Amino acid sequence: MSAMSVLQLLVTSSLMYSTPLILTAIAGTFSERSGVVNIGLEGIMVMGAFASAVFNLQFYDTFGGMTPWVSMLFGGLIGLVFAVLHAVATVNLRADHVVVGTALNLLAPGLAVFLVRVFYGKAQTGPLAQSFGITSIPVLKDIPVIGEIFFTNVTPLGYIAIIIGLVSWVVLFKTPFGLRLRSVGEHPVASETVGINVYLYKYAGVLISGFLGGMGGAIQAQAISNEFGVLVISGQGFMAMAAMIFGKWNPIGVTFAAIFFGFAQSLSRVGHYIPVIQDVPVIFLQVLPYVLTIIILVAFIGKSEARFRTSICEE
Amino acid sequence: MIEVKSDSWLKKLSVPLLAVLFGFIVGAIIMLIFGYNPIDAYSHMILGVFQSPYSIGEALTQATLLILTGLAFDIANKAGFFNIGLSGQFLAGWLSAIAFALQFPDIPRIILTPLTLVVGMVAGGLYAGIAGFLRAYFEASEVIVTIMLNHTILQISNYLTNFVIGSSSRTEKISENASLGIQWLTDITRFSRLNAGLFIALIIVILYTLFMNKTIKGFEIKSVGLNPDASTYAGMSTKSTIILSMLISGGLAGLAGAINGVGTFGNLFVLGGLPAEGFNGIAVALLGLGNPFGIVLSALLFGVLQTGAPMMASRAGVPNEMAQIVIAMIVFFVGAYYLVEWIFEKVGHSRAQGPSSADVEGGVE
Repeated sequence: MSAMSVLQLLVTSSLMYSTPLILTAIAGTFSERSGVVNIGLEGIMVMGAFASAVFNLQFYDTFGGMTPWVSMLFGGLIGLVFAVLHAVATVNLRADHVVVGTALNLLAPGLAVFLVRVFYGKAQTGPLAQSFGITSIPVLKDIPVIGEIFFTNVTPLGYIAIIIGLVSWVVLFKTPFGLRLRSVGEHPVASETVGINVYLYKYAGVLISGFLGGMGGAIQAQAISNEFGVLVISGQGFMAMAAMIFGKWNPIGVTFAAIFFGFAQSLSRVGHYIPVIQDVPVIFLQVLPYVLTIIILVAFIGKSEARFRTSICEE
Repeated sequence: MIEVKSDSWLKKLSVPLLAVLFGFIVGAIIMLIFGYNPIDAYSHMILGVFQSPYSIGEALTQATLLILTGLAFDIANKAGFFNIGLSGQFLAGWLSAIAFALQFPDIPRIILTPLTLVVGMVAGGLYAGIAGFLRAYFEASEVIVTIMLNHTILQISNYLTNFVIGSSSRTEKISENASLGIQWLTDITRFSRLNAGLFIALIIVILYTLFMNKTIKGFEIKSVGLNPDASTYAGMSTKSTIILSMLISGGLAGLAGAINGVGTFGNLFVLGGLPAEGFNGIAVALLGLGNPFGIVLSALLFGVLQTGAPMMASRAGVPNEMAQIVIAMIVFFVGAYYLVEWIFEKVGHSRAQGPSSADVEGGVE
């Protein structure tokens, strides 16, 4: 394989694997910025993946080529509905965030596979009607070298996710809405005093998180797995949380961290096409994303972890 | 409903009881929505288990593992550490116990069986110890580290099972010398997989209770969990206490995995996902409210649910996963115990203790 096609392959597959992580990591950022630890992201991704897969199969005739996109939004919507459970429990009922998140992570695979069995009589949906394809991005693809590596035969989703990352940064740091959301997370009592509706903004944080996480799951199902089964989401929600911490709860940093994790994930899938890496036993590539997550948590993050802890230990 | 006088232990007890009730109610609502008969389903799931000695044996086999993983979660939780990596530690114990038993099939049973269990325990303990160490010295979130360790060991275990200690997706059965099987248990439960692990688990419950309540280390673990700063001030080492609790926690999960290996299955095979015993152990410990006796009761309940699920599927046509949904909802309602307090307030039987709806200030901090 030529160096060019290796680069192209790496970029394409890294982008593909990063996309769900970017969206879900930003999902986590919104929730934690509003002061709610959302460990249930994994479960939210499962629900999003499930909902999009079912919608994809069911409404292909109606939406045709647009099906994956509409299904993605539907997955986000179901993720949002699922996140309402988290919001009610943590905001209204003051439940322990980690316990409720864990309950949601237990619930989602059970519920999703239950429903898949009800609808299809088996534990997996089988191949979807239409998955996200790859395409070349007009104009940009004509840039010499860069165009060929980054914008030819790629999934446009990756770039959309990056744009969502940028928009999220603007929303969180440059709008009154973002300021209020962050203030509610950092000091709810002070926010209440200056007239901010604390419940409203906490709900906003958790529900945005549900929508983005659901979309992340939907992309995992429709762009990577091309079906829904219980194995479609295997740790991505937690990896996204690690990316969120690595990116220091800043949407732009979080986006780059998620791309890095996506790159690590993609290595185990495309590694056997790449010189040198193909000589590494496959088991090392398979555990790489997980081990790398731990190493990054330990080596680069250190004390910034404190933020995550304090918001858990509220009781 | 429930009569509550002012004693708070009764209210405390009502939290798990109501959580179980609500869990079943939510399950029933979901079944009604999709056109199943919940009463039919639940009666097959629960009563079905008690109709045959075999199912009772299987439920106890399952409960054995859940008692151990429940205690494993509990001890880490008491030290302020959320060990969501029980599944991985369980698998580490399972893997190493099987590998060890296959390696030394001819050691006499009296030595091999306990040694195999110890190997599983040590493997689980060390695996959890990684997370404990990283948390103590680098403040790395144990939640994320243990989840990543879960997926790592799953890949490693499947790889080894395929290519190193086994072939074509499974290992050989272990020798009779390593097995935890007991003939009379097998006989009275009509060939269920119930084994000596049950007695081991019950002995561990007693030891655990003594350890937590009668030893200095047990006290330190609880103390560090309640208030790390005060504990440090009082001269305890927070770091070593966290690591100790994590070693014990992983050791118990590893022991459960070893029992699952040499007791329940007798071999190891390629797993599609992480073993459910780990996550259900969290559910067991939370429902048991951190009380060893409560953990035993919850483990029995979940053992029955897990064993009954296939019967519910075959006889009432409701998918297996309903059991998981009920378990998850029970955890949800245990977490949202404030709901129960709120109900008590509305019912007006007693004054709520702890957070009352009057001091609303927006939740966190």
